[in-house]
Amino acid sequence: MRITQGAFSYLPDLTDDEIKAQLQYCIDNDWSVAIEFTDDPHPRNVYWEMWGLPMFDLPDASGVMLEVDACRDAYPAHYVRVSAFDARLTRQTTALSFLVQRPPEEPGFQLERQEGPDRTIRYTLRGYASDRPVGQRYGRGDS
Amino acid sequence: MRRPGTGDAATPDSADDSPEEPLADDAVLEVDTIRRESDVDAVLDRLDSELVGLVPVKTRIREIAALLLVDRMRSKFGLSSSRPALHMSFTGSPGTGKTTVALRMAELLHGLGYLRRGHLVSVTRDDLVGQYIGHTAPKTKEVLKRAMGGVLFIDEAYYLYKADNERDYGAESVEILLQVMENQRDDLVVILAGYKDRMDDFFRSNPGMSSRIAHHIDFPEYSIDELVAISELMAAEHEYVLPSDTTAVLRDYLERRMRQPRFANARSVRNAIERARLRQANRLVSEPGATVTKQQLQSLEPADFLASRVFTDDAEKHDDTD
Repeated sequence: MRITQGAFSYLPDLTDDEIKAQLQYCIDNDWSVAIEFTDDPHPRNVYWEMWGLPMFDLPDASGVMLEVDACRDAYPAHYVRVSAFDARLTRQTTALSFLVQRPPEEPGFQLERQEGPDRTIRYTLRGYASDRPVGQRYGRGDS
Repeated sequence: MRRPGTGDAATPDSADDSPEEPLADDAVLEVDTIRRESDVDAVLDRLDSELVGLVPVKTRIREIAALLLVDRMRSKFGLSSSRPALHMSFTGSPGTGKTTVALRMAELLHGLGYLRRGHLVSVTRDDLVGQYIGHTAPKTKEVLKRAMGGVLFIDEAYYLYKADNERDYGAESVEILLQVMENQRDDLVVILAGYKDRMDDFFRSNPGMSSRIAHHIDFPEYSIDELVAISELMAAEHEYVLPSDTTAVLRDYLERRMRQPRFANARSVRNAIERARLRQANRLVSEPGATVTKQQLQSLEPADFLASRVFTDDAEKHDDTD
């Protein structure tokens, strides 16, 4: 199951050039760009691990691309996303966030139904991959 | 591992990448039109009007600009136009305009479309080399990332490599620089600057660096006429005027100053003018009951320069004789 998370996720995956163009757009808007990765892409897991510090002072996207590539090389089977933070006073929030890498295989999620009193049902989403420990979830045991 | 765009994801239309059909083989291009499309002339004219002398430098810059124009025209015919190697080394005495030319170079390359941003990141050894093991690589990479899309100007680059100390971290920095200069030629232009003899030593001990730099440009010393022209430009920049008798005194001053140690070309001229401004201000203010006109406020008088120590003592006694 292809995970759709962040912007552009219903489109075909972006090419490196398209990623670069998006990054340049972020930089031109004075947003600071950060790279994050995880192997637990549950929709409620919003805090992914950061790859280095957010990049505040880069004028050109190829500097960010260097870090994106470094992160992909270190975690070839993780989800990697880029988020751009808009620090302006009235906004102060993530302005754009999109995936730049996904694992080769995405087994998807199981919907668990828990019976409660009075025929109520509680639903839980559980990723098939999260059975395995961190770092061994998608394909090769990297990390 | 599946990276976006490399796997089964749909590739975008390749037609977007080459929007123009190559011209027919017998087509004729007007060089002037192409020139006008780029900002070459504006930048070159500014280079001519704002920088005095420096003939070999200007010639080389013109050549580079011409090559970039030709490449642009070649690409219109569908001929291959591989990006030329643009890394440079500027050698010359202090105050010969290396930093200024680097700034202009960044603008020029940006105008010709060879740099995406055209900003100049000026660094020295301190910004590149760390203080302990493992500190250098991230520091150098940080600077390189900041310079992407523009020009990285390394002043006094020979300090990066200390031949007498094998454990110096500078070598690590040089290694990373070399790697990026080779692999990311499209993203970054590196300019190394420094004194001629020490840069030669630096290149001798780092042959890899020397061979990756296509343009070795030597900045000549200014002649006395050029120095006077520079001082007029500098005065005009601050909206001061040098009357003709002042110019004569200034020429005398510069001739004396050139013979003294630690003469730093244009930088010494700048210092001389700054001090003359101080003396002029003092002269105008200290007269009791004086009135001033706009013309008086603008002009630097011979007395402002004659008060300099260069005229009174022999300079050997003093360190700062400007």
